[in-house]
This record gives sequence, C-alpha cells and structure tokens, in this order.
Amino acid sequence: MNSTERRRLLTNKIVLALSTISALLGLVFLFWILITLFLKGVSALDFSLFTKDLVDGGLRNLIFGQFMMALMATIIGVPLGMLAGIYLREYGNGKYANIIRDLSDIMMSAPSIVIGAFVFAVFVAPFGGINGWAGSIALAIMLIPIVVSTTDNMLSLVPKELREAGIALGGSKHKVILQIILKAAKIGLMTGILLAFARVIGETAPLLFTSGTNSFWSTDLGNAFPSLTVSIYDLANFPTDKARDLAWAASFLLTVIVLVINLTGRFIIRDKG
Amino acid sequence: MLNREFIFKKVAFSSATLILIVLTSIFIMLFISAKPAMQKYGLHFLVDSNWNKTIEIKTPLTQAQISAKKTKTQKSDNSDMNDDNLFADDTPVLGDDASGDNVDVSTNVKIDTIFGGYVPIIGTILSTLIAMAFSIPIAMGIAVFLAEIAPDFLIKPVGTAIELLAAIPSIIYGMWGLFYFAPIVQNIFGGSQMSLLTAGLVLGIMILPFMAAITRDAMNTTPDVLKESAYAMGATKFEVVKDVIFPYAKVGIIGSVILSLGRALGETMAVAFLIGSVFKVPGSLTSPTISIPVVLANNFGEASGDMMSSLFYLAFVLFVFSFIIIGSAKFYFLRGRR
Repeated sequence: MNSTERRRLLTNKIVLALSTISALLGLVFLFWILITLFLKGVSALDFSLFTKDLVDGGLRNLIFGQFMMALMATIIGVPLGMLAGIYLREYGNGKYANIIRDLSDIMMSAPSIVIGAFVFAVFVAPFGGINGWAGSIALAIMLIPIVVSTTDNMLSLVPKELREAGIALGGSKHKVILQIILKAAKIGLMTGILLAFARVIGETAPLLFTSGTNSFWSTDLGNAFPSLTVSIYDLANFPTDKARDLAWAASFLLTVIVLVINLTGRFIIRDKG
Repeated sequence: MLNREFIFKKVAFSSATLILIVLTSIFIMLFISAKPAMQKYGLHFLVDSNWNKTIEIKTPLTQAQISAKKTKTQKSDNSDMNDDNLFADDTPVLGDDASGDNVDVSTNVKIDTIFGGYVPIIGTILSTLIAMAFSIPIAMGIAVFLAEIAPDFLIKPVGTAIELLAAIPSIIYGMWGLFYFAPIVQNIFGGSQMSLLTAGLVLGIMILPFMAAITRDAMNTTPDVLKESAYAMGATKFEVVKDVIFPYAKVGIIGSVILSLGRALGETMAVAFLIGSVFKVPGSLTSPTISIPVVLANNFGEASGDMMSSLFYLAFVLFVFSFIIIGSAKFYFLRGRR
C-alpha cells in the first residue's frame, strides 16, 4: 500500500466518521429534548390538570381550545385544499396550474408570524379584537398549502388506467374523480390530513395576536380563545416556579399529541402504502 | 350531468385560485397597513436603528413662512413668541430642503416618536447566518449518512427520528433552548444567556432535520449506475460522495439550503425565547438583540398608530424577502427538474 492510497483511505475514514457523528448529534438533540420534556413534564403532570381551567391552575380549557381551533382550521382548509389539489392534478394543465403549484409551495414556507399579521389586519382589527375565528383562519391558511401538495402528490400515484376505465364506463369526469380516484387515494389523503393537523396544532406564532389566549373555559369563537401554545409562551415568561411547571406540563402534552398523531400517520402509510 | 361537471370544475378552479388570492391579499394588506410608516420614514426606516425613540424634530420653515416671519419682525420690534407657537402647530415636512442660511432663526421644534427597523433586520440576518453556519455541515453529514453510509436496518429508524425532530413544535425548541441549551452555551462562550449566538444555534438545530431531509432526497436521485461505476474504478465512499453524488445532486442540495434559509428567516417562537429582545445592534455574538418575527410577536398586541404601521412595515419586508428567497429556491429546483 503506497502513501497516496493510505491517505485516500484515511480521508475516507475521517469523513465517514464525521458524517456518522452528525447523525448521532441529530439523535442526541432529539432525545435530549424528548427526555427533558418527559422528566419535567411528568413531574409536573397531575390528573387535576385535565379537570381544571388555566385560571384554577389547570390546562383543560387550553387543550380544548387548541384542538377546537386546529379542528376548525381542518374543516375550513381540507375541502378547499383538496379541491385545489384536484384541480391541479386532474383539470389544470400548463402554465396556470404550475404557477399555483409554486405559489402554494411558497405559501407553505411563508413566515407564520406574517400570516398572523395578515389575519390580524383582515379578521381582528375590523372586528374590534382578538377572536377564535381569526385564530382558526390563520391556522387554515397554514394548512391549505400542505393539503394541496398532499392531494396533488397522492392523486398522481393513482394509475391512469383507473381514470380511463371510469371514463369508459360512461362516468363524467367529476364522478370518476369523486367515486374512483379519491377512493383509490384515500389512505394517502387521510395520512396527509393527519400530518397537516399535527403541523397546525403545534403552531404558536399565527395565534399570538389572532386568537390570543384565555384563562377561562370558552366555546365562543367570537372572543379571545384559549390556546395551549400561546399560554405556554406566557407561562414560560412568568417568573414563578408554579407557572413554569405548568408550562412544562403543557409542553409535554403538546409534544405527545403532535408526535402521536405524526407517528400514527406514518404507520398507516407504512402498512398500506 | 354536464351542468354538475361544469360546477365541480369551476369550484375546483376557484379553490386553486384562492391560493393566488390569499397570497396577493397578504401582500396588499401588509402594504396598505404599512403605508403610513413607509410614507413617514421612507427607505431610511431600513437603516435607522432607533425604535420607539422620542426625538425633537427641528424642521426648517418653508420659504414662504420665512419671508412672512421676516416681514413681521421687520415691522414689529418686539420679538414674537406667538409666531413660534403658531408655526409649531404646523406639521413639519421631513426632508424639506429649505435654505440653510436661515436654519438657526427659522426652525420649528416638534416632539415625535420615530421607528426604524435596522436592529431587527440585522438581528434576523445574523441569527439566520449563525443557524446556517451551524446546520449546513451537520445536515450534509446526516444526509450522507442516510444516503450512503448507514446499514439498511438503521436507515428507517434514524430517518424517522430525524423527521420527528422536524415535527416538534417550535415553541418546544424555545423552552428547551432557554432552560437547558442556553446555560451550556453561556458556560462555553460566556456573555449573555439570551443572545444572538444561542438563538442562532437553536434555530440551526430546528432547521437541521428539514435541511437534512431534502438534501438526502436530492442525493438519492443520483443513479446507482454512476455510483457503481465509480466504486468499480476503486473510488472510496468519500470520493463517490464528493465526485459523483455532490456534482450530480448539486442543484437540489443548493435548493434545499436556500429553502431552509427561507424557513429560518421567518421562525418566531424558538428565537423569541432566546434572542433577548433588546433593541440594540449586537456588539458581539454573545450579546442580546432582536429579530423581525420577535418584534412582531412581542409588540403587535398593544401597538397602535406609528408603531403599528412600523410593525406592518417590518412584516412586509420579511414577507417580501422570504418570498424572494423561497421562490428562488423553488425556481432552482424547477430548473433541476427540467
């Protein structure tokens, strides 16, 4: 073995080691965060957190509020996003569809705080104050591009023969889409919706000045609405141990919710897809 | 039947168009809301490091006012306190170029609050740069590991774990960063616990999985034939990565880096916990400062008047910049696909 060869092999080993260390580092951060959350969260967790509202030192109204707004965002955003995705894949051809596709991708990465500012200007300022609807709409704006891209991708996986068979049977195009293609892509679409839901339920920035948060139980989307994430931000900046413990418990719950939904989505797609 | 088909197509078309409408309305609404600040401060806003600062504005009088004043003083000898008050009520015009000679005797003084975006703009750029410097090498390492090095049984679990890191909400990164990561960084580098450096590093950890995932996808597009030919020539793994995969996937990798940059620019919560929220150009890496998203997050709730439109001005700047950056990344990808 001459010296050039030895050097090449050594460089190779060093780079491979560095690359492996990078991957380990990523895992270290993940487990560091998860273990911290688990230790701090579990020690602060108490069954009474689920039966009391924030005003009494619990989290019940916040969890409900966060779910409610994410759910409203899903109800508003999923039909619009799916229809847009259907248009891009099944009807759109050429330039216009490509432009919308690119814009949708850009919207997906747009700063969430800016979306909050926009919703503030349109749905908060004219209506005299923060409200749950504005929060839901801000989340819906974040959710729509995710659903568009999932629908677009999942429909592209449906074989062309299915469409042709449907048309050959005399079905009109929209019937073929609604009754054959969407059914064929059902699992992929459901997974996409789950992942989109998991994404928006953990959002804070777009809610800060749209829904705000609320210490009391509320089902009225017309007023300041309880939000788990916004309250975590408030509590963490509150200089008492009790508030911080509550923030850790809330963070732990939020992460569990997000990761469970996320993993569920992944397992569904792994089993069937 | 034909009618229903027509309606369905129109509804689907409208939903797709909604994306265009929402993006356009964001642009227009931010612009309209920012307009008062844009008119008042102009482009100087971008380089002015004062925020919410009360100042005395000495404005030269217009030529007409000066001559009016002169004629008055010539006519009556006793100096005119009243005139000063009278003129002080006039709204001063910024940047009005009156004759310099008479400035001393003919200026209005008005108390005003000024807003400038320089500090948050610099804070945003610097924290993003730190994040990129930290995450690019590690993300590349992770991508190479997943694409080339990892044995088959490790690819899925490690890949999933990295993707889960991306799923963790940003506020969690903020909490963890503030209470667990920042003290360590402070121990090593000194300075303030809430600083540009800690904010940038946590931001880097946040975009790490995102960048690694797209980079890995780009690397995986390299045809096996190319890699195998290089191996057959006796190339080492590193040489294959350096001389075959990187050149082949270059466009996609650059695209993924730019896209991550766009994401980092607009990230709010992780930075809000850590950057310190101080309106000051950072003297060093370890001093606290503020970024555009954090200014918005902290002040939007109680703002009004000039401050409100200044916040919208910042939001507009952020939106335009991230639109350009993310758009160019997409354009880059697109060129790669063709």
